[in-house]
Amino acid sequence: MAAALALLRRDLLLLWRQRADALNPLLFALMVATLFPLALGPEAQMLARVAGGIVWVTVVLASLLSLDALFRGDADDGSLDQLATCGQPLALLAGAKMLAHWIGTGLPLTLVGPLLAYMLGIDLATVPTLLLALALGTPLLSMIGACCAALTVAMRRSGILLALLVLPLTIPVLIFGAGAVDAAGTGGDPSAPLLFLAAGLALALPLAPLGCAAAIRIGTA
Amino acid sequence: MNRFTLWFHKTGSPPTFYAFAERWRPWLLGGALLLTTVALVWGLGYAPADYLQGDSFRIMYIHVPAAWMAQFVFFAMAVAGFVAIVWRIKLAEIMCIASAPIGAAYTAIALATGSLWGRPTWGTYWVWDGRLTSTLILLFLYFGVIGLYRAIEDRRKAARAAGLLSIIGMINIPIIQYSVEWWNTLHQPASINLIKGSSSIDPSMLWPLLLMAVATKLYYGWSALSRAQLMVLESERGKDWVRELAGLPRVGSTERAADPATRTSTT
Repeated sequence: MAAALALLRRDLLLLWRQRADALNPLLFALMVATLFPLALGPEAQMLARVAGGIVWVTVVLASLLSLDALFRGDADDGSLDQLATCGQPLALLAGAKMLAHWIGTGLPLTLVGPLLAYMLGIDLATVPTLLLALALGTPLLSMIGACCAALTVAMRRSGILLALLVLPLTIPVLIFGAGAVDAAGTGGDPSAPLLFLAAGLALALPLAPLGCAAAIRIGTA
Repeated sequence: MNRFTLWFHKTGSPPTFYAFAERWRPWLLGGALLLTTVALVWGLGYAPADYLQGDSFRIMYIHVPAAWMAQFVFFAMAVAGFVAIVWRIKLAEIMCIASAPIGAAYTAIALATGSLWGRPTWGTYWVWDGRLTSTLILLFLYFGVIGLYRAIEDRRKAARAAGLLSIIGMINIPIIQYSVEWWNTLHQPASINLIKGSSSIDPSMLWPLLLMAVATKLYYGWSALSRAQLMVLESERGKDWVRELAGLPRVGSTERAADPATRTSTT
């Protein structure tokens, strides 16, 4: 546990030292959200209807950006091998990496998501649902993404393949997340998709670190 | 060691597996061809036409078995991947990765025949229905597994990574399975429930379908074993038993130690 906390502290410190880099996913999300009104046209009514979906797409894409760097640096300088062989439970350490990724990417995106939706003119009554859906969904994105990123560690450069691996697996998150916002927007009950997200999170919390640890072992063996 | 574990470990050794596959392949292919012929003649020629869809329902005899196989092969890959990661059996890695293109082909067939069937019955080739979309995602997952395997240089690492990805990808299987119940859109719910025995399909239509389902599984067995045989030969090249198969003389022990191909491949 102490080792996991130390790893988390180190990762957060690295994040803080490179805080300009940490802003990139947010700027990317902002950019992508700006592209939609340009591509779809500025009709306020139509934009308000699709705002929730747009925010979810931008969040999924933005959380992809920093994934490749999650294990790449550690694999290059050998500290990933050290982590795998140091005798501490690797799943806990992987969990710490996931938490660090979520704090660096998922948390800021959760906070900025409602702002993006507001820019697109979303109905203000649905903003709490969006916030809750993002809070439940972004940890899932970090966990699924970390598993896939660990799988690509054995490659020299993961490039586009990482996106090909992560995106199909994150589609359920996108469906339920956007579904919750849509249900709230059309006067329905968003609790069913939110509960699906919560169930996915409850399932992923114990399983994803184990999967990620197995992937790191394959990559470093 | 009981008989099953003994068999399991024996077949896991490449030369024994090669002989095992050689023995079973003709039976699997013969059975698959025979059953496919019977099922297609029966299904396309003799089964009664559907009261609602007429003759267009007959594409079901291709579509439904292919869709079943799309999920079955992924499940088989996940099981092989699990065995490969837990017991580090090389043959499980090979079976997992040998199955991937077959499963991808079945998924593509299921999607193509589904959209052809959708045209006369739904009036459209494609809808963003839950089951259609999740089957498309399954196809992408197959591509992901194949892509990951090809992108990693170390063959054994690559196979194990692909195996783990197929285990992770299993989360999509229940989503496909229940999509027709969660999202009530165009795709009809399942008509066949073998466990409860309450199928809403007439036996005269059901039998050819079941024969076809068995035929596709036999074909998968043949295809996977053939592909695995080739992969085994490739990874074991330079070993004595492969050289004997190819009619080459055995190599001396000093020469073998110098060949990098033999040093990396241990069971």
